Amino acid sequence: MIDVLLWVALPYVTLAVFVLGHVWRYRYDKFGWTTRSSQLYENRLLRVGSPLFHFGILVVLLGHVGGILIPESWTNAVGISEDAYHVIALVLGTVAGVCTLAGLAILIYRRRTVGPVFSVTTRNDKLMYVVLTLTIVLGLSATVVANLLGGGYNYRETVSPWFRSIFYLRPDPDLMSGVPILFQLHALSALALFCIWPFTRLVHMLTAPVGYLTRPYIVYRSRDVQLGMHRTPRGWERVP
Amino acid sequence: MRVMAQMAMVMNLDKCIGCHTCSVTCKQAWTNRSGVEYVWFNNVETRPGQGYPRRYEDQERWRGGWTLNRRGRLVLKGGGRFRKLLTIFSNPKLPGIDDYYEPWTYDYETLTNAPLQEHTPVARPKSMLSGKDMKITWSANWDDDLGGSIDHGDKDVLLKQISDKVKMEFDKTFMFYLPRICEHCLNPSCAASCPSGAIYKRTEDGIVLVDQDRCRGWRMCVSGCPYKKVYFNHRTGKAEKCTFCFPRVEVGIPTVCSETCVGRLRYIGLMLYDADKVLEAASTPDDTGLYEAQREVFLDPNDPEVVAAAEREGIPQDWIEAAQRSPIHALINTYKVALPLHPEYRTMPMVWYIPPLSPVVDVVRDTGHDAENAGNLFAAIDALRIPVEYLAELFTAGDTAPVDAVLQRLAAMRAYMRDINMGRDPDEAIPERVGMSGEAMYDMYRLLALAKYDERYVIPTAHAEQAHGLEELATDCPLNYEGGPGMGGAGTGGGSGPFGESSGGANPIAVENFHMLRQRQTADNPVDPADKSNRVNLLNWDGKGAPAGLFPSRPETPPEDTGSEREQ
Repeated sequence: MIDVLLWVALPYVTLAVFVLGHVWRYRYDKFGWTTRSSQLYENRLLRVGSPLFHFGILVVLLGHVGGILIPESWTNAVGISEDAYHVIALVLGTVAGVCTLAGLAILIYRRRTVGPVFSVTTRNDKLMYVVLTLTIVLGLSATVVANLLGGGYNYRETVSPWFRSIFYLRPDPDLMSGVPILFQLHALSALALFCIWPFTRLVHMLTAPVGYLTRPYIVYRSRDVQLGMHRTPRGWERVP
Repeated sequence: MRVMAQMAMVMNLDKCIGCHTCSVTCKQAWTNRSGVEYVWFNNVETRPGQGYPRRYEDQERWRGGWTLNRRGRLVLKGGGRFRKLLTIFSNPKLPGIDDYYEPWTYDYETLTNAPLQEHTPVARPKSMLSGKDMKITWSANWDDDLGGSIDHGDKDVLLKQISDKVKMEFDKTFMFYLPRICEHCLNPSCAASCPSGAIYKRTEDGIVLVDQDRCRGWRMCVSGCPYKKVYFNHRTGKAEKCTFCFPRVEVGIPTVCSETCVGRLRYIGLMLYDADKVLEAASTPDDTGLYEAQREVFLDPNDPEVVAAAEREGIPQDWIEAAQRSPIHALINTYKVALPLHPEYRTMPMVWYIPPLSPVVDVVRDTGHDAENAGNLFAAIDALRIPVEYLAELFTAGDTAPVDAVLQRLAAMRAYMRDINMGRDPDEAIPERVGMSGEAMYDMYRLLALAKYDERYVIPTAHAEQAHGLEELATDCPLNYEGGPGMGGAGTGGGSGPFGESSGGANPIAVENFHMLRQRQTADNPVDPADKSNRVNLLNWDGKGAPAGLFPSRPETPPEDTGSEREQ
């Protein structure tokens, strides 16, 4: 019962909140959709911490795509053995994870100690930092602990199929029942992170400016249909 | 030929007295909100001086604007698209708050609630960023009137470029003011640097704006602009910049800075230009050729071919007529007395300047010679190389010939008009020496000295049948915006949306200012950003009566209910 709740109901709730939350926020709160950068206040720590964290988390993201979305059978088919995969994932994952965590530590230290940065930190930010840090720490420790205690844990036989089963709309909670507790906690904290994601500053990730690579340098736009600073009231838009 | 219209400005620096009225009124209209305390869309710098932000002209450090690569192609000096995206997590060329200045206010409350004591209580400066006590060491015009130039006058970027031997002793001979707003460039490098594509140039009037709904706060525009006229609002996390007061210009009234200018030194009008030629002009190989190249881009609005092309592009008839009457066109192309600011940044700036003759006149007068004699002035322009070279660094990438020509034209006008004013026969040889007719010289004099409001500001209105909806016309209720109190919404009024203070849609600035003003005037505490709604800013007090928050309220009186008043 609890398995169904945690590994079937919760993921779908999360998915719904994540997607609808973003849609709703984009429609309602484009003005609040920003990185809210604090570089203006302080640059010395940020210059080290921010790239460390962001590049680290990007590698971690790629690692998750490779480990969770791509089935084990596919990697076997191209001739990557489980051992080889494991070594690559472990080394790359640990390095990226440690970078991410170190960057995050610098950024949180900066946020707490630099006066102006601390004073613009909202409660929302603090909650986000707690959940984000928890997720990263749990994920990193799950990997490290599993490898210290034994030959590691092959999550690609349990966690990954479960994750994909959610998107196939054939959720299989049994796959998760025997998974080590740290992996379970990591998955749950990640679900929590996705739940609060659309309502925090993390939304900036979804508008990563990759379009910059292809658009023309100078953007021309016609004057808005409305004039001045007013937003045209609904139903009173100009007829072209 | 692709004809486009551009709203442009020219400032006559001879008339600037450095009173900062433009800056103050602009600030009151646009940036008296939290998050932009340090921001001056319009600022007035004393030259020689460091400017605001400090040493912004040092492009070897800030890497703003465009440059030519080895193959002669125009590229962003700060690096191309890939480089921008790779450094997006920590912008390496972003000025810190110290390069602008840390905004502050004073702890006025101690003046009224300090206990009886031997010494007068002091209102201490408090940082508006951290709320803590601070020591004021710099501001947007700290070196006003060459103040402190003994200590830091040598930090002027342009002086370094002229010569290392020029020391600050020459400040006795020459100083002038340089008011600066956004240049609304034809080839804006801020827009090119914006990863989100939020900065755009309006096709109708060429005004460069930041779409607040699309800006994601990547901060690349701040680095990209060589004039450092895009600013980062540190509360909302969005870039903001001078808007050329588009809500006013759209209904045909000049910008706030122009309207309030005491010296009446600003001119606003249209320029027609050929958009197809901009890139080629901006890629001119030689820096000193950029002034002429940009003038080539402009079209003659009286040329029938240009008029026909403009009509084909859908430029309305009254706009073409406004371009023909444009004082900007007259100053730039007919009389050739206006010069662009730092053309070598290759952004094709559209706020131009008439360089000041006054440094030259002052020297001639101080030496006891006749400062309105053409011969004396021409000789002085030739002799006073340092001011001329300095002006050339500012306006023509170091080429003194155009600056000489402009100064000679201004000097000739001065001498020519004196004869007329004294009732003597005008000496037609004077305008001839600078290649002008006496009649043209008189017309130029009229435009520079006598032009009335409607000659200085030739601003065609935007074609819109909803013009009454502009808050500046005051024929509409300013609360009638969607979600505002007038439409049955709560009206956030500078308050908080569901995700913190910056969320939930931007309020019209007029409404936001209204609430800010009220909240500041009714504030008890100085500056803690945590309660930013409680701030006292005496700049907002008009001196009449006592705003509710000027003195702390008596403990027994409950604070007034602000919520009910908002419903009015």
